[in-house]
Amino acid sequence: MLLAGPLGWMVVLYLGSLFVLFLAAFWDTEPYTSEIVHTWTLDNFEQILEKPVYRDVAWRTISMAIYVTIADAVLAFPLAYYMARVASPRTRSLLVVAVLTPLWAGYLVKAYIWRTMLGEQGVVNWLLEPFGLSGPGYTTAGLWLTFTYLWLPFMILPIYAGLERIPGSLLEASADLGARSVRTFWKVTVPLVFPAVVAGSIFTFSLTLGDYILPGLIADEQFIGTVIYGDHGTALPVAAAYAMVPVAVMTAYLLVAKRLGAFESL
Amino acid sequence: MVESRVTRVVLRLGAGATLAFIYLPLVVIAIYAFNENISQTWPIEHYTTKWFGVAWRDESVRGALWTSVKAALGATAIALVLGTLASMAVSRYRFFGKETISFLVILPIALPGIITGLALQATILNVLTPLGISFSIWTIIIGHGTFCIVVIYNNAVARIRRLSGSLEEASVDLGADAWQTFRFVTFPQLRTALLAGGLLAFALSFDEVVVTIFTSGAQQTLPIWIFTNFARPRELPIVNVVALFVVVASIIPVWIALRVAGGTGLTSDRRGGEGLSALDAEP
Repeated sequence: MLLAGPLGWMVVLYLGSLFVLFLAAFWDTEPYTSEIVHTWTLDNFEQILEKPVYRDVAWRTISMAIYVTIADAVLAFPLAYYMARVASPRTRSLLVVAVLTPLWAGYLVKAYIWRTMLGEQGVVNWLLEPFGLSGPGYTTAGLWLTFTYLWLPFMILPIYAGLERIPGSLLEASADLGARSVRTFWKVTVPLVFPAVVAGSIFTFSLTLGDYILPGLIADEQFIGTVIYGDHGTALPVAAAYAMVPVAVMTAYLLVAKRLGAFESL
Repeated sequence: MVESRVTRVVLRLGAGATLAFIYLPLVVIAIYAFNENISQTWPIEHYTTKWFGVAWRDESVRGALWTSVKAALGATAIALVLGTLASMAVSRYRFFGKETISFLVILPIALPGIITGLALQATILNVLTPLGISFSIWTIIIGHGTFCIVVIYNNAVARIRRLSGSLEEASVDLGADAWQTFRFVTFPQLRTALLAGGLLAFALSFDEVVVTIFTSGAQQTLPIWIFTNFARPRELPIVNVVALFVVVASIIPVWIALRVAGGTGLTSDRRGGEGLSALDAEP
């Protein structure tokens, strides 16, 4: 009884919507009027598989997701490690709040401020100028930096939780048995925290794959999201078919993540 | 402590650098709101508070603010009702497919936003419009409500797990009906968790844009107002003010929520709850 409301809402509205989208991928478009014709066809999928543009864009998006994930993991690790094993309990809870807060500060606002900061006369160039360097500007590298910034908290929190769950006695045992700290780190800490990194990467990956605002805003490049967004008004069936690419990638990713034990770290 | 002195110093530096990276842009947006110049060059030469007044008097900004508030309130209300019901069902009863519920409520934020947005739009166009619900504040509320359920649900489930069911059993044994039990026994124990979840849902809805673009039609929420205006150089000073406002308006409810219940609901209860226990207002 309690479930009827929520379940009805989620199943009918949300899963129903996903199903409509899935169906739309098999609809046809009238070539002259762009009207959607409800006849079944596989043309949309054929187009996506055959046109090199779609393949290039998909590959560009997936590699960006990989680079962003790596950068986030590298940036997140020292902070997460500090929070979990060095900071006092009080500092730790303050740091958790400090990491959580920007997560809620608004995606678009952060995207906008990065656009401002990366400008020719923006903050980034101003900071780097004394060192004789200049920032990435509105390039793929600038886009990578912005993505890395936006999804960073999603990576810090799972890694922190994962590190916190490692019993200190394990690390001490390793040290007692004569392992140096570098060896302990690689042989004990890293394998134990790896599922947590994978858990964080689910977010960084999924968010990068689905983003349709940043690529146009920062680098003027085509990504899966921007292509879907560009097509959805005129050619919903093609857009819907292309939307199945991130869904398929994420499904595969989630299955692998599950095998690696990432779900226990979520 | 296994970590050597050197390691700890390096870690502290690394942690500091990452924190600085996280906060630099937020500081920058706060400073830009006081920039007198229309061009957005750095460093800023003159400071002023005049753009706050300009933004406040701007009709389109006010309209967007009002839409955002209505949408966030509506979405929070829907999420509160549905999220609470689902959490109680999952925590108190055993039934077929119980595991799927958590998965189902988290799906709207786990799938890329464009998928959720596009799916909802396809439904609005193909199913709801023929039924008489076309793009309006209601379609925004429906969309936001769908992805806000998860924060209420997670907060409530975490709280119920810490409560024992015996109080409710006692209430029923003493002759209270289901509604009385909920009203006088369950609800008071859930109140702070629901308040925290509600505040987070409000914050989540208030700054959402990825899904909103697909469900709003011609309506403008504050984030959409920013989205349509940051390509216009002359509007940028107002955009800065609105951006700062959105940041503050989303952070304040989150801080209150963290103090009230010590969880965020976006990430799992274990993490938020434990890490924030020092801030937990309750024993």
